Amino acid sequence: MIPAAFDYVRAGSADEAAALLAEHGDEAKLLAGGMSLLPLMKLRLAVPSVLVDVGRLDDLKYVREDGESIAIGALTRHRELETSDLLAKRCGVLRAVAAEVGDNQVRHRGTIGGSVAHGDPASDLPAVLLALDAELVARGRSGERVLSASEFFRGFLETALEPDELLTEIRVPTPGPDGYDYQKFNRRAQDWAIVGSLAVRVDGHTNVALVNMAPTPLRAIAVEQALASGASVVDAAAQAAEGTEAMGDVNASVEYREHLARVLTRRALEAAARP
Amino acid sequence: MMPPVQISVNVNGAARSYDAEPRTLLVQYLREQCGLTGTKVGCDTSSCGACTVLVDGESVKSCTMLAVQADGSDVTTIEGLASGGEWHPVQQAFHEYHGLQCGYCTAGMVLAAVSFLEENPSPSERDVRLGLEGNLCRCTGYHNIVQSVLAAAETMRAAR
Repeated sequence: MIPAAFDYVRAGSADEAAALLAEHGDEAKLLAGGMSLLPLMKLRLAVPSVLVDVGRLDDLKYVREDGESIAIGALTRHRELETSDLLAKRCGVLRAVAAEVGDNQVRHRGTIGGSVAHGDPASDLPAVLLALDAELVARGRSGERVLSASEFFRGFLETALEPDELLTEIRVPTPGPDGYDYQKFNRRAQDWAIVGSLAVRVDGHTNVALVNMAPTPLRAIAVEQALASGASVVDAAAQAAEGTEAMGDVNASVEYREHLARVLTRRALEAAARP
Repeated sequence: MMPPVQISVNVNGAARSYDAEPRTLLVQYLREQCGLTGTKVGCDTSSCGACTVLVDGESVKSCTMLAVQADGSDVTTIEGLASGGEWHPVQQAFHEYHGLQCGYCTAGMVLAAVSFLEENPSPSERDVRLGLEGNLCRCTGYHNIVQSVLAAAETMRAAR
């Protein structure tokens, strides 16, 4: 399968990429690693007439300390995240979840910015950004703005990015040495999560984010509130399907996904609570 | 639409340069323009790993990469793995441990293993299985593939 023909432009800078997006509007797509976009283009589910390649913007490839946060360039590959010494020390959860994305070949090419901007609710990394209340930096022709993870994911494959904006940086508050666990349920190791549940302990409370339980990644608010008011892990996890909008598909019915959300959340909470 | 662009790739140590449409996949470039048909197309949906090659030393699925993204890079295919008439230790181990049945996944499996062992020279059996999760063997010959990779790891460690 071969993508439909397109015009190819290699952007030399983030500003140039934003200008190209502004010039071509909805006809243009950004290409980072291509791990999400190229399969869609091969299936002709995406048919951009202009492809703006930002994959060589090396100044957007970094993981560095930024005060109390870790700043990550949008073009940082999953491989760099899963082997980052800085993340091992300051944000182990992001490193661990990055190692769960796809397979080695995918992690060699795929980028955190591409994954997040794609807005697929089955992606692993958005759960981390939601659970840690990360910030996302978008750059457009009119300058930069900072979005919270909670306002970034708008719908299925839909984010708060404007048509002329690209994601340049992700800022993750560091949760410290507290526990975390990510439970990803799939049929084959390399597959997308049928359901995922991430539990992270931050400053004495526990945040939970769910993967593939709605058109967007989402926080399990009912679980978090139950835990905050003293419920046991088992009782709190029983609330995991509250407020979700799971879809049924060839892999799982709605009811099965809701069941998985409860079971995986219990396992994640139990594992995150271990010292 | 855009005319073909010139795409220059160093393939197995030889400079190659061809005009191709930007939508040309790396696997097409390698098979159809370079004439290197050792790289196979299996699923064509980045699931099976049969098309795995090394780009700047790292395994990638060449059915899910545009040739133009590899412009200026070093690419290694199965044809370029042996050197001086000697098989690469991973190839040798696949031969000795019968790490193949029909052979269709083998080129991708070998290159995925080469990249994996570069990153993880002392893997456990579980590490090998996880490290090759992106490569499927329709014959289900995983047992000998894993034994081959473990044996190759030992050979390569001894040679360091």
